[in-house]
Amino acid sequence: MKYYDKLIFECSKPGRVGYTLPANAFPKAEGLPQGLCRRQAPALPEVSEPEVVRHYTLLSQMNFGVDSGFYPLGSCTMKYNPKINEEVAAMPAFAGLHPLQSAPGAEKVLEEMDKALAEITGLSRFTFAPCAGAHGELTGLMLMRQYHLNRGDNARTKVIVPDSAHGTNPASAAVAGLEVVEVKSLSNGRVDVEALKGLLDEHVAGMMMTNPNTLGLFETQIEEIAALVHGVGGLMYYDGANMNPLMGLVRPGDMGFDIMHLNLHKTFSTPHGGGGPGSGPVGVAAPLVPCLDQIRVSAWHGNFGVILRAYAYILMLGREHLAKVGEYAVLSANYIKECLKDVYKLPIEGVCKHEFVFDGLVNDGAHDEVPGATTLDVAKRLLDFGFHAPTIYFPLLFHQALMIEPTETESKETIDAFIAVMRRIAEEAAEDPTLLQEAPHTTPVSRPDETTAARSPILTFQDA
Amino acid sequence: MSKIIEGLKYSESHEWVKVEGNVAVIGVTDFAQKEMGDITYVDVPDVDDSFEAGEDFGALESVKASSDLYCPVSGKVVEVNEELEDAPEKVNEDAFAAWIIKVEMSDASELDALMDAAAYKAMIGE
Repeated sequence: MKYYDKLIFECSKPGRVGYTLPANAFPKAEGLPQGLCRRQAPALPEVSEPEVVRHYTLLSQMNFGVDSGFYPLGSCTMKYNPKINEEVAAMPAFAGLHPLQSAPGAEKVLEEMDKALAEITGLSRFTFAPCAGAHGELTGLMLMRQYHLNRGDNARTKVIVPDSAHGTNPASAAVAGLEVVEVKSLSNGRVDVEALKGLLDEHVAGMMMTNPNTLGLFETQIEEIAALVHGVGGLMYYDGANMNPLMGLVRPGDMGFDIMHLNLHKTFSTPHGGGGPGSGPVGVAAPLVPCLDQIRVSAWHGNFGVILRAYAYILMLGREHLAKVGEYAVLSANYIKECLKDVYKLPIEGVCKHEFVFDGLVNDGAHDEVPGATTLDVAKRLLDFGFHAPTIYFPLLFHQALMIEPTETESKETIDAFIAVMRRIAEEAAEDPTLLQEAPHTTPVSRPDETTAARSPILTFQDA
Repeated sequence: MSKIIEGLKYSESHEWVKVEGNVAVIGVTDFAQKEMGDITYVDVPDVDDSFEAGEDFGALESVKASSDLYCPVSGKVVEVNEELEDAPEKVNEDAFAAWIIKVEMSDASELDALMDAAAYKAMIGE
């Protein structure tokens, strides 16, 4: 790979053109306020077409994505995105639509997608307005509040969130103007139901849960939890980030959830991360359907092109194969876990769902007499072997958390290659930890100074 | 092995308290700064803000995580360490020198509920 970090402006040569426009046939506008008139030409880069193409192609080669390699980023479901999704989204009849246009075809897609997601989740109706997961959470919590207000109950100010939750859960609740109350996990990684009982009263608006939770463990007492929260008049919110292992097998609506969001860019194979945008449709149970018309979080129907891609994915797999997604995702995660648990610390034994968390290496470097390395070192070293690093230092329940989610779309060969590399890294940690501590050795950038970057960030381009 | 200073009071959430007359000088422990890693930001309250014992009065951010700060005693903030705004690394360099706030205590008997150095040492298991 060729190292390349130029800006398009650095490629610019005065007077160079890539495209010549015809002469302007319109007269110059008269009478515009002076303050609004441009006094000099805009500072656009002056480059030829091949320079533009090379510039962006080289930049794209500096990137790592699921199209270039294995990406086991826990909690993010970095599955392969089938190219037929792109083909459907690029169809001119969809791609050329204007939001104000009457478009029966697009409306039909939304209608069918609503039915499909309702069937998959066991809820009644979906709104497609939210543009990402956290946007969905905020929408869901606004719906939760609205539901209580509609009943004339304005005393519900608390939202219960487990300590294993995604950071977005308490953040969304706070933005929605609700008070966050944390409930602890037991040593088996599940919500402490006895502790939960102590938090429940008539001020609880609802409880947010992810199931399976961020440790990849199914909350086995979910029915009891939902009954307890409902018992005091609260609602259950399902964070759909971890829906992948359950699709077609178990439904949040049947577990007792009243509101949920889905991350189409995770579970339903639409582009994710830098390649987004995302889509976070929110579904509600029947009693909350009227609230959907009372909350407005974005214009139109959210990111329609993303919804379309997810719709293509659902139709392509169909009911039978959607249920296979979770089975393969769970199998892959458990296979990796069992193959590595002798050299990486597994804090909670047992069968996981689509992801699991190690608490760092067995040789974690915490004891001076035994050589070892930290989770950060393992993650950095993985880059040398062409794998994206897993999620690290999350969830906060374990100090050296290393969270692996392989997804269902990887072959056994890829997964075996990853396991072999993880074992090799564990050996290196014991024999030559500096190899890990100085990694990565093969990437264009090794270890950026994250601390200085966070303490004194330089947020604009500075000529070196 | 984390540094612990005799004569200070300690909270379960890893704040230390140094009593100067009716004023409690509050910071975080060496153990806490080690757990957090490189501190990148210290969020402090304003002078005259009042807090109940156990209420969060600010937060520490590091490259790894963000963690709330809890006021070990009730009272009114009389001074904040403004130096930490531009130099959060001072918490890593010497957690016991980098005090965060000074609180005029409304109930000095709350100090009795805090740990002494030996009890704190036992709690962190070092």
